[in-house]
Amino acid sequence: MQLIEDHGLLRFLTCGSVDDGKSTLIGRLLFDSKAILADTLSAIEKTSLKRGMQEVDLSLLTDGLQAEREQGITIDVAYRYFSTGTRKFIIADAPGHEQYTRNMVTAASTANLAIILIDARKGVQPQTRRHSYLAHLVGIPHLVVAVNKMDLVDYSQARFEAIKADYLAFAQQLGIEDVRFIPLSALKGDMVVDRGEKLAWYEGDTLMEILEAAPAAHTEHDEPFRFPVQYVCRPQDSTNPELHDYRGFMGRVESGSIQVGDAVTVLPSGRTSLVKAIELGGKALREAITEQSVTLLLTDEIDISRGDMIVKTEAVPTQTKQVNATVCWLAEAPLDRARTYLIRHTTRETKAKVAAIEWRVDINTLDRQSAERLQMNDIAQVSFKLAQPLLTDPYVDNRGTGAFIIIDESTNNTVGAGMITKLAA
Amino acid sequence: MMLFNRQQTQLKTLPHLDWLEAEAIHIMREVAGQCANPVLLFSGGKDSICLLRIAEKAFRPGRFPFPLMHIDTGHNYKEVTDFRDQRAAELGERLIVRSVEDSMQRGTVVLKHENESRNKHQSVTLLEAIEEFGFDACIGGARRDEEKARAKERIMSFRDEFGQWDPKNQRPELWDLYNARAHKGENIRAFPISNWTELDVWQYIQREGLELPSIYFAHQRPIVRRQGSIVPVTELTPAKAGEAIVNLQVRFRTVGDITCTAPVESAADSVEKIIAETATTTITERGATRLDDQASEAAMEQRKKEGYF
Repeated sequence: MQLIEDHGLLRFLTCGSVDDGKSTLIGRLLFDSKAILADTLSAIEKTSLKRGMQEVDLSLLTDGLQAEREQGITIDVAYRYFSTGTRKFIIADAPGHEQYTRNMVTAASTANLAIILIDARKGVQPQTRRHSYLAHLVGIPHLVVAVNKMDLVDYSQARFEAIKADYLAFAQQLGIEDVRFIPLSALKGDMVVDRGEKLAWYEGDTLMEILEAAPAAHTEHDEPFRFPVQYVCRPQDSTNPELHDYRGFMGRVESGSIQVGDAVTVLPSGRTSLVKAIELGGKALREAITEQSVTLLLTDEIDISRGDMIVKTEAVPTQTKQVNATVCWLAEAPLDRARTYLIRHTTRETKAKVAAIEWRVDINTLDRQSAERLQMNDIAQVSFKLAQPLLTDPYVDNRGTGAFIIIDESTNNTVGAGMITKLAA
Repeated sequence: MMLFNRQQTQLKTLPHLDWLEAEAIHIMREVAGQCANPVLLFSGGKDSICLLRIAEKAFRPGRFPFPLMHIDTGHNYKEVTDFRDQRAAELGERLIVRSVEDSMQRGTVVLKHENESRNKHQSVTLLEAIEEFGFDACIGGARRDEEKARAKERIMSFRDEFGQWDPKNQRPELWDLYNARAHKGENIRAFPISNWTELDVWQYIQREGLELPSIYFAHQRPIVRRQGSIVPVTELTPAKAGEAIVNLQVRFRTVGDITCTAPVESAADSVEKIIAETATTTITERGATRLDDQASEAAMEQRKKEGYF
């Protein structure tokens, strides 16, 4: 089978509790998409396939969640997969309740779209605000507000419009720019994949159409080229003499793109050179784009090792030994200001100490409070002093060079997640 | 308020297989960059065959920064172990084989009865090999779509010095910032193709033109039907009294220990036909073909806690 068109891969997040019908919605997407995929492949008219789904409990498709709760594994994000033949989807499904912040930040960190579920009977809830704030905080560029259980409010347009107005009022306060609204019934299948017959007043796209059309890229603006070096290939022991001088700098393009001949700067040394070749699996490429894993060869012999970053000379990141960041604390043990932690940022690691906790966010009111320590699930503004410089951009400009994790060296556990806000001089 | 649609997108993005491949290469290079002594588990099965192609793309023209290793139950199909040896030789990479039979001779694996499946005892032999070579990370071909217990598995999964997976104590994994740190004696299991589905694997095999052991393709095989499963008739798995042996056209969706791997009825004798079948099937890969996973809902989770891959 060849894909007729490949619209790449979309990672999205579902926010809501089981009570909002989240498991049913995910089950519906998994189940109905299988039929779409089958249709795509066998070129059968989509309408010819009858899916009489009413009796099947779609939430069973995701009943790992149930097992999770029984075992007390509430910390975990589950990943689920489906494909429509033209696009592949990865759902990050964060079970809700107490540890929600930590789950959601984890799930959101790799998502480019979030579906925020609202029960049509209940309308905008405190958790809706929380979900939206966190999705926005972690920089998810596209939000879809799915007003579910429309079948239980008689498919009322007035109810839908009222919820939409409520939501928009606070979304604008948060600075959320890109949000779409869709009425649906995951249980009955209306507006998920098929339009159904009960929502004729709604003229927008179905949820699946929205998912298929959403931009797969994390950003729609050009970002500067950032290439953290992961590994250096020097096959000197090879029997092939041509490889004796080979120095390949291996990594993934975190942002931007690079072409053969571009002028680059290697940080932190500041040495400059030109891109001599770009390789992937022995093939020469003219260009490498965001998220592509490649090998770069430079025209000059420069000593480069893991942790260095290759960037275009025209736009370099900030080199700094102090960062301010929005931090989500992930560990049961609270953040201890007296301790030294390890920060992993791109392919670099440095020891770090907390300089100050500027404020902590009350996740329900969004008010800022002073705080001496951080507990699990806290969101706070923290400044750090670093032993080694990092090569950073603000998170809002660049996810790849704006994000870091905090590691406790005594346990090697990942205890915090940071998003760089503004750069100290 | 802005509404998104595809026309707005100017930036180029990778087609889905390229994206999955790029992610897998990145993960493999992170293991090589962060861990001192990793190993790649290669069984000759389709998922680990994909891992080898990814390793080539990640590290050539250099050598792999890790050896390959197979934990052999001694009950694998010859087609698969022959393929394993041939592929390692073609790549010119070092292949370590450690055998469950050796663990049985050492007395570290004791079967409950002669016919007990050796599959779950691979855990013991794997841990012994990890200790023997001092491996701090094992790269494996497990995927999150295989079954429920894996859906919440990390890409870099931490195991304590007993090789145990503690589902309540897994490290949060954010962005593409992987934490493969481990103290001496502890171990990281790294899964570069976590985000691949069975369909992705077959599409990748097709795109890359990867060779596979012959038993992945439709062939005639004597089988019996037992409790809804197709059981291949072999020396290790003979027909029971009263069972009718029939010749059936089958293929294997997974290849593992003979005693616990069942084929599916299929006429798909090419990668293209397998892709078409995979896309339309509604039965999960393990649900259809792994006799051991059906024993209990939590079978896989239990085995993972014990150190199974």
